[in-house]
Amino acid sequence: MLGYTITQWLFGIISFLSIMFALMVVFTRNPINSVLYLVLTFFCIAAHYLLLNAQFLAIVHIAVYAGAIMVLFLFVIMLMNLNQDSEPQKTMMSKLIAGIIGGLLLVVLVGALKGTEQLQLSQVGHSEIGIVKNLGRVLFHEYLFPFEIVSILLLSALVGAIMIGKKEIK
Amino acid sequence: MINGISINMYLMLSTILFTIGAVGVMARRNTIILFMCIELMLNAVNLLLVAFSVLHNDSAGQVFVFFVMAVAASEVAVGLAILSMIYKNIKSIDSDLLKNLKN
Repeated sequence: MLGYTITQWLFGIISFLSIMFALMVVFTRNPINSVLYLVLTFFCIAAHYLLLNAQFLAIVHIAVYAGAIMVLFLFVIMLMNLNQDSEPQKTMMSKLIAGIIGGLLLVVLVGALKGTEQLQLSQVGHSEIGIVKNLGRVLFHEYLFPFEIVSILLLSALVGAIMIGKKEIK
Repeated sequence: MINGISINMYLMLSTILFTIGAVGVMARRNTIILFMCIELMLNAVNLLLVAFSVLHNDSAGQVFVFFVMAVAASEVAVGLAILSMIYKNIKSIDSDLLKNLKN
């Protein structure tokens, strides 16, 4: 098909979808729709991980982001009863300035990255580093100490969230 | 058969996603949406880390993405707790109203 392989077609379609959904996250008025579009964006990014043969990360990404974090967001938004009417809007001027600054950022980053040499991701599809067996071995041998530190970080975040969220005891 | 995507495509995609996140942080006032745009920027960087880890056939990038996800999860938990307390106190999560530290 027009000289492109099926992987390139898949990459193009998924990239287009992820950019569209990411734009919808920013430009949708209703916060709940915004969260749902962000979930779709995360699914597209998980598809990118699968395309890169990083299966473990794809599953963890869906479980952690789409499963846990976005449900937390949705829960908080519904708890606060936010909808389109209560949504605060910036003035047209500051939106315009934000757009200009974003466009400049894009131009600078693209200009800086354009000069990098063309390298092909030749390992895609044959790379075995992303599967659970190999990544688990690396994680529990070379990165065992950071892994344990992360568990302490999650525990302290849990305790901190509860401490912040609870009512003041007089 | 499965190859032929250059790293520059991943660079461009990540740059665009990162910029969309940055514009979202600047253009919105709802603090929860700001959080979501920060998540979007984190994910753009994660995607690029995975792409480079596959390019160099090195697991370190993917392990790092795993740790970034853990840090993002704890950040969101604490951040949303703070936001719900702010909402309880001032009945709004408009970021323009959060300027009590100014004076």
